[in-house]
Amino acid sequence: MFELRNVEKRYPGVHVLKGVDFSVGDGEIVGLVGENGAGKSTLMKIIYGAVQHDAGDVLVDGENVHFRNPRDAMKRGIGMVYQEQSLIPNLTVMENIFLGFEEPFVYFGSINWRKMAAAARKQLEKVKLNISPSTLTSKLTFAQRQLVELAKVLTLEERTEGKLVILLDEPTSVLSKEEIDLLFTLVKELRRRASFIFVSHRLDEIIELSDRIYVLKDGVVVDTIDGETANAADIQKKMVGRDIHSQYYREDRQSSFDKNNVLLELEHVTIAGRGNDVSLALHAGEVIALLGVEGSGREPILRTIFGMQKPEKGTIKIRGEPVNAFSAARSVAHGIAYVPRERKIEGIASGMNVFENMTLSQMKNYSWGGILKVPSERALARDWIHRLSVKVPSENTDCGNLSGGNQQKVVLAKWRSGGSDIILLDHPTRGLDIGAKEDVYDMIRDMSQDGVGIILVADTLEEAIGLSHTIAVIRDGEIRQWFTCLPGSKPSPFDLIQHMV
Amino acid sequence: MSTLLTADMIRKWAPVLVLIGLVLLFTTINPHFFSLRNFARITISSTPALMVAVGVTFVILMGSIDLSMEGTIAVCAVLFALILNIFGGSISGIGWLAIPGALLAGAFLGAVNGIVHVQLKIPSFMASLSLGFIGIGLSLLITGGNRILIDDPVFRSLLTFRIMGFPLMVYAALLCLMVAWFIQDDTVIGRNFYAVGGGEDLARASGLNVGRLRIIGFTLAGIFYALGAIFAVARLGIAETETGRNFMFTSITSVVVGGTALRGGSGGVWSTLVGVLIVNVIGNGMVVTGLPDYFQDGVLGILVIFAVYLSTDRRSLSFIK
Repeated sequence: MFELRNVEKRYPGVHVLKGVDFSVGDGEIVGLVGENGAGKSTLMKIIYGAVQHDAGDVLVDGENVHFRNPRDAMKRGIGMVYQEQSLIPNLTVMENIFLGFEEPFVYFGSINWRKMAAAARKQLEKVKLNISPSTLTSKLTFAQRQLVELAKVLTLEERTEGKLVILLDEPTSVLSKEEIDLLFTLVKELRRRASFIFVSHRLDEIIELSDRIYVLKDGVVVDTIDGETANAADIQKKMVGRDIHSQYYREDRQSSFDKNNVLLELEHVTIAGRGNDVSLALHAGEVIALLGVEGSGREPILRTIFGMQKPEKGTIKIRGEPVNAFSAARSVAHGIAYVPRERKIEGIASGMNVFENMTLSQMKNYSWGGILKVPSERALARDWIHRLSVKVPSENTDCGNLSGGNQQKVVLAKWRSGGSDIILLDHPTRGLDIGAKEDVYDMIRDMSQDGVGIILVADTLEEAIGLSHTIAVIRDGEIRQWFTCLPGSKPSPFDLIQHMV
Repeated sequence: MSTLLTADMIRKWAPVLVLIGLVLLFTTINPHFFSLRNFARITISSTPALMVAVGVTFVILMGSIDLSMEGTIAVCAVLFALILNIFGGSISGIGWLAIPGALLAGAFLGAVNGIVHVQLKIPSFMASLSLGFIGIGLSLLITGGNRILIDDPVFRSLLTFRIMGFPLMVYAALLCLMVAWFIQDDTVIGRNFYAVGGGEDLARASGLNVGRLRIIGFTLAGIFYALGAIFAVARLGIAETETGRNFMFTSITSVVVGGTALRGGSGGVWSTLVGVLIVNVIGNGMVVTGLPDYFQDGVLGILVIFAVYLSTDRRSLSFIK
């Protein structure tokens, strides 16, 4: 009933979708998987009308359509449940459900709230959510908000003819196990009313829920797999396009770390607002991976170590010295570096060029009496461009125009050149293509060799296992289990997942 | 890729092209526009405006805004005249103390502005707007609403003494512009202004003390407002509360028209020079070509909208508050 034929999309410099065929049948649940950068989000945006395709056809019930915006798509029964929740927190549940579609309740310019509440209640029943429609959305839990989003999309049922197609973008990322089960039961029941396109990083969930699974890689559908017979390893292979072997993570270069040289120590630290108790020790040359689901409390630990949050209790020691004052400036001065997940926001200053970005954290070393020594800044940048083979025309290039991989190299060069030896990496390979990822893995091994201690929040389980010496599995803010990760005797993803969820 | 490059180039050089276009336009309408005497007139009116605009450039580079200039200028101008007259009325004597006095006053007001903004966490536009009004009130309190006349010939030589047709104050202002350029390009604080404007979270994550930097930025702006005040007094020979009038709109207009982005992080003092010249060429050209001067504000308003339209990358904005 909904079909994409040979759909193409290009952005300046990138060919994102290369002739994608995609179809959803009546009442079908279709899974969509692919690595970061495979083109998943662009494909979804085309489906729900946020982005327009360059070539190919979009068909609803065999009829060629062209959505100019999400509202057009909604008119044809295509709705989106957003990953980053799109509800407006300071409005009530019913206002959110009917946002932009208030006309049926408006009489002479004023809204009949009672009628809207009744209609909202009806929608909430569909998703089995028993809350008052006049509750403020900010008062709801994440799971409840997710259901309200679903209810909001389901209002399309009354507004459009024909069946619905509902996109679920990573709906489980903030939910607990029970909530996920609840959501899945609901989705399975709702398939009488609608078809679903389910996008998730969690292959087991995709396999559990989907009738058919599309595997997207580099803008091409590489395979369509029957949900009955699918298995995770197969899909994974197809997503990456080859077997993941140990070489990929440079395991041969993993050497043992210096057990006598403790760089960083957390002793019974309580992270602000978490009420937990975290202890860990990072040695020179060690890579510790913090592993856990989204929202399990990995980032707050990093931010606390970096001094952006003050711990409620406990002590943090850097090279044996307890830390008393907490600020990012203090941490940088003590050789701690932070490579944030949001590269564009906290990693790279776009508008500033390569050498300016590299010296930003260490201007004391490149100035005299407040006056910059630009020639030595340039020399430093040229040196590191060469060492990390950053692909840039020169050190004067605006970092905003670099590819993600090269930006990440600039960020790492910034900290390494400043002599930081405690490096916190938050999703360092997010959004990078495979070649760039391998470069980052090499850099991590290089840093270990130089005696740098690294705390890593990895993008995938496999990455964490492949790169680390030690894994700390975190759930609800606490370290639940430690694993040592020697080459040749690494724990399997299965061992780890049991402690994560 | 090539289309992107040209769009960037247009964005970068548009202000200069506009300036050249305006000069050509006014010259065709009235050939007298293109004369040394008229250019001297334009640069004289640009001089105080340039100092004020350069000051606010630093603040805008950080992504903040400063609206306190009218009050700061009024206070600095009045204090400058008072000190000068108390210490003998001539800057060739110990009256020269009036210059550091005025600069200190500017720095002080700027610092207060920055501290209120940073420590009390009040948005910069509100903090500076309020402090601007306080400044105007303060200058009225000092003068009681009177004008203070300056008739020191040494000081007035800033206007009267000419080299190659241009008065001394133009050269003095260029010198100050060089200093500002140096601060912008060759000092740590200059670099940090760009970093904070380009990404405040990033600057913080790189270990910069963003709060302190903002206070320094506002202080620096205050010093340049004081310079603007001194030139404004030199130009008219009078110091009064009204000295600060009109500087708010014209200085911010100049910065924006010159191509410095209001969101911070890009632009600089040379762009501001171009912007100041555009604004003053329009002002002068309107007079020379005989158009009524109420046209001027309208044209400037349109120009600002056009400049902001041209300078913002709207693809990156989902909505605008």
